[in-house]
Amino acid sequence: MIEFRLPSLGAEMEDGTLLEWCVKLGDRVKKGDVVAVVDTSKSAIDVEIWQEGTVEELVLTPGDKVPVGTVMMRLREASEAGAPAATNPAAAPSPAATAPARPAAAAARTAPPTTAQRPAESPKAAAATPVAGAGERQRASPSARALAHELDIDLATVAGTGPHGAITREDVEKVAASRKATKEAPGSVATTKPRLEAPAATAGGAPVRAATPVERSLAMRSAIAAAMARSKREIPHYYLATEVPMQRITRWLAARNAGKPITERVLMAAPLIKAVALALRKFPELNGYYQNGSFVAGEGIHIGVAISLRQGGLIAPAIRDVADTDLDELMRRLANLVSRARALSLRSSEMTDATITVTNLGDQGVELVQGVIYPPQVALVGFGKVTDRVRAVDDGAIAVMPAVTVSLAADHRASDGHRGALFLAEIARLLQSPESLDVAADKIMK
Amino acid sequence: MKITYREALRQAMHEALAADPRVFLMGEDVGRYGGSYAVWKGFLAEFGPERIRDAPLSELGFVGTAIGAALGGMRPIVEIMTVNFSLLALDQIVNTAAVYRHMSGGQFSVPVVVRMATGGGRQLAAQHSHSLENWYAHVPGLTVLAPATVDDARGMLRAALADPDPVVIFEHAMLYPMEGELSPDWEKADLRTAKILRAGRDVTLIAYGGTVCKAQEAALQLAAEGIEAEVLDLRVLRPLDDATIMASVGRTRRAVIVDEGWRTGSLAGEIMARIMEQAFYELDAPVARVCSAEVPIPYAKHMEEAALPQAPAVVAAVRQLLAKV
Repeated sequence: MIEFRLPSLGAEMEDGTLLEWCVKLGDRVKKGDVVAVVDTSKSAIDVEIWQEGTVEELVLTPGDKVPVGTVMMRLREASEAGAPAATNPAAAPSPAATAPARPAAAAARTAPPTTAQRPAESPKAAAATPVAGAGERQRASPSARALAHELDIDLATVAGTGPHGAITREDVEKVAASRKATKEAPGSVATTKPRLEAPAATAGGAPVRAATPVERSLAMRSAIAAAMARSKREIPHYYLATEVPMQRITRWLAARNAGKPITERVLMAAPLIKAVALALRKFPELNGYYQNGSFVAGEGIHIGVAISLRQGGLIAPAIRDVADTDLDELMRRLANLVSRARALSLRSSEMTDATITVTNLGDQGVELVQGVIYPPQVALVGFGKVTDRVRAVDDGAIAVMPAVTVSLAADHRASDGHRGALFLAEIARLLQSPESLDVAADKIMK
Repeated sequence: MKITYREALRQAMHEALAADPRVFLMGEDVGRYGGSYAVWKGFLAEFGPERIRDAPLSELGFVGTAIGAALGGMRPIVEIMTVNFSLLALDQIVNTAAVYRHMSGGQFSVPVVVRMATGGGRQLAAQHSHSLENWYAHVPGLTVLAPATVDDARGMLRAALADPDPVVIFEHAMLYPMEGELSPDWEKADLRTAKILRAGRDVTLIAYGGTVCKAQEAALQLAAEGIEAEVLDLRVLRPLDDATIMASVGRTRRAVIVDEGWRTGSLAGEIMARIMEQAFYELDAPVARVCSAEVPIPYAKHMEEAALPQAPAVVAAVRQLLAKV
């Protein structure tokens, strides 16, 4: 029996609301299938499953708001014998009625008799065991939890300052005080707890709804506030920037795009992201997470792309294995990601996989980005606008050429400025040989 | 008035011997030698060998004798040199003294007082330096005391003698030369309550016996960093004063237990468990403890110091709880 639990879809996610099931009893699911849509403070997210099996029981019903780690459904593994539907064992015909005895009989061969005599208890006992991934939950002290409950404060909106980043009572008190101050401030709009809960489902059959845009933007604002405040409080940032000539790659990209329909053209964002990914291969200490007092390298190079949303706020879903992806494919995935992010339709893996974030604010005209790292990541790479700049070139001459300022905000706990500087230099070097960015996945040496 | 812990014990013993002819003191070297820690100098001359009785090196024998005397109507005070040696008398204390009231259906009580030194810090190595208070605190039928202040050194013996059941008193060997202000409250010493020695709002340092002064030292250092530590002296190790512990932890929401016993199976562990049971929702951080390293207490001075709980370790534990590392 597989228990599928609500995954954490971001560092600050505490709970989620099930909007709808994308599977029904008896469905076979395989790795990567979307099984449910879950509403978080950021958006409605398609939740994928990473195991295979047959849906045996849907534990939650749409509208349920549950903490991360809660069992959402149970699946029967392919190797398991079919069991009767949990709802109606009494009515099950005899072949099915004998089925549950099989695991018990199997157990009897290996387990002491007392275990075998009480087979019915074991699944329940298993269901009651603590959440395996509980360590990923936002830690909060018992006192803080009790106070937050009493004051109706969502712990996801509170940044923790206690040991191991745990939320303390004082942290909750501060949020309560600032909320009170906001409410009492004359002329200001009273901000109450963002109501994410869908209306109680659903005796009258009313459809479960996702949070409204206003609710969501309030919730997203507090989620961003919590993550960014935590970042600035915990992460000793250091910042580096360098100007990279873009003449060669601009010309190369123009030639590459020439004659292609608009839909197939590659925008500069793709080679920039690709250059970051290739450079990260040589600088693994910038790619991963800082957790529980130490750095853990990312298992792949999955670049979170900061995407601003029309209604305000931003989201940084990941493109997986960027270093192994050629430019056309990368461009397709980037375009797809942006449109789905703006439509608030992302997949769970995209919300959690990023090992570093790239933000490109060039479209807005700025030249230099000094970013805030998205915890628990350890670095953020920023690109400004590609503009014509006056540069000294060989022989003391002056030329006007396009250039971009690439910047790095990095966690000094995980890396040092010396390596950060070399990393930026590597990005600059890669951008001077654009052909190297365009190699198909299978040609790139790992 | 400032007096030493040793002087406070002398005054208490003198008062007890003078006040009640049933009281006598028995143990190794308590008479002619004047007590292993020179606490009873002059007592033999003043009270005579009937009441200040030197015992042979036989803890099982003389503790058993004292229990017999108590059953016979006397009020014996027996002294065992260190808790390590008291293991020879465990049978008398645990199997006899602690159970007679129960096994006789209330017909007999055993009003014996067993005093013993405990703890390390004097380079006496592994057979004279351990802290086994929790062995006795485990046993129903006993009252277990750990006087850590001159007030309690002065006041607890009177209360112990007044108790109709066996009382075990642990004196940490490092405390004898300690000086302190004897407060007028010493006469109120009871056998039930813990005491807040220093008030603070950020963390409760729970200590007993020899670790109380280390907790106070840590509290002073923490105060310099702006952290206000409350110091709670358990005083009585059985029964534990849950009410005072929980009230303090409820105020500060954090606790560090400083226990010279080994961590595994320690009194510190018992206190942590009670805090979980009774004050879980008050906590703002996991309860921490600073205990002795799990080794026989070493002889070498630097190793002994490293093995015992010290103030810097308490300070470090507090900083961790407050995420101020």
